[in-house]
Amino acid sequence: MALTIPNALRKQLRQHGEETYPHECCGVLTGEIDEEGGKTVQAIVRCGNTRTDSLANRYRISPAELVRIQREAALACHDIVGFYHSHPDHPAQWSATDLAEAHWIGCSYVITSVEHGRAVLTNSFQLLGPEENKRFEDERIEVID
Amino acid sequence: MSIKVLIPTPLRPYAGRRSIVDVTAQTVGEALTDLVARHPDLRKHLFSEDGKLRSFVNVYLNDEDIRYLSKDATPVKETDTITIVPSVAGGR
Repeated sequence: MALTIPNALRKQLRQHGEETYPHECCGVLTGEIDEEGGKTVQAIVRCGNTRTDSLANRYRISPAELVRIQREAALACHDIVGFYHSHPDHPAQWSATDLAEAHWIGCSYVITSVEHGRAVLTNSFQLLGPEENKRFEDERIEVID
Repeated sequence: MSIKVLIPTPLRPYAGRRSIVDVTAQTVGEALTDLVARHPDLRKHLFSEDGKLRSFVNVYLNDEDIRYLSKDATPVKETDTITIVPSVAGGR
């Protein structure tokens, strides 16, 4: 399974991580999910990081913001297909915290490593369930024009 | 009365693949009870064994978290929308 994303949107989410460096950025990916579970991103929504205690290595998106994004996506006949965040000066790999706090089974979690303020690698991981036995699986990113 | 419940992407397989479910209720608690009555597979994804909402499940009435209203006893009206959103967080 792949996450398909237009190059312009991939650039935007990487740029977001550079702008918030040395803090983590976060946001939502909205778009379509096909019958086989393949996801196509059609918009990204930047979110504020509501973790005020540890911005450099934690992120949290306000549920109120998620409610608004989910409602607006539905109006555009889109779904929330995943989320993105950055790892400042840390690899673009999911962490134990990422897994523990991930609950959107089937969705993509995109992570960009930002080293010294520059976005380096962007990887995607699909969260597979059930919740009690969840895991991340590497997910191919297909970049389109 | 009939009100709408918005179902998040990960819970749709347990709600007949629907993004919106119409339920009949006078309060938020009744709405959630009716929701799981119509789609029993949702129950374990929304509630823990003691019947409480799972810690990572947020329930909003329009733009308000029901925890800051009257929780399950919060009254609903025909034009209201209940939205279920699992939390999103993490970090390196």
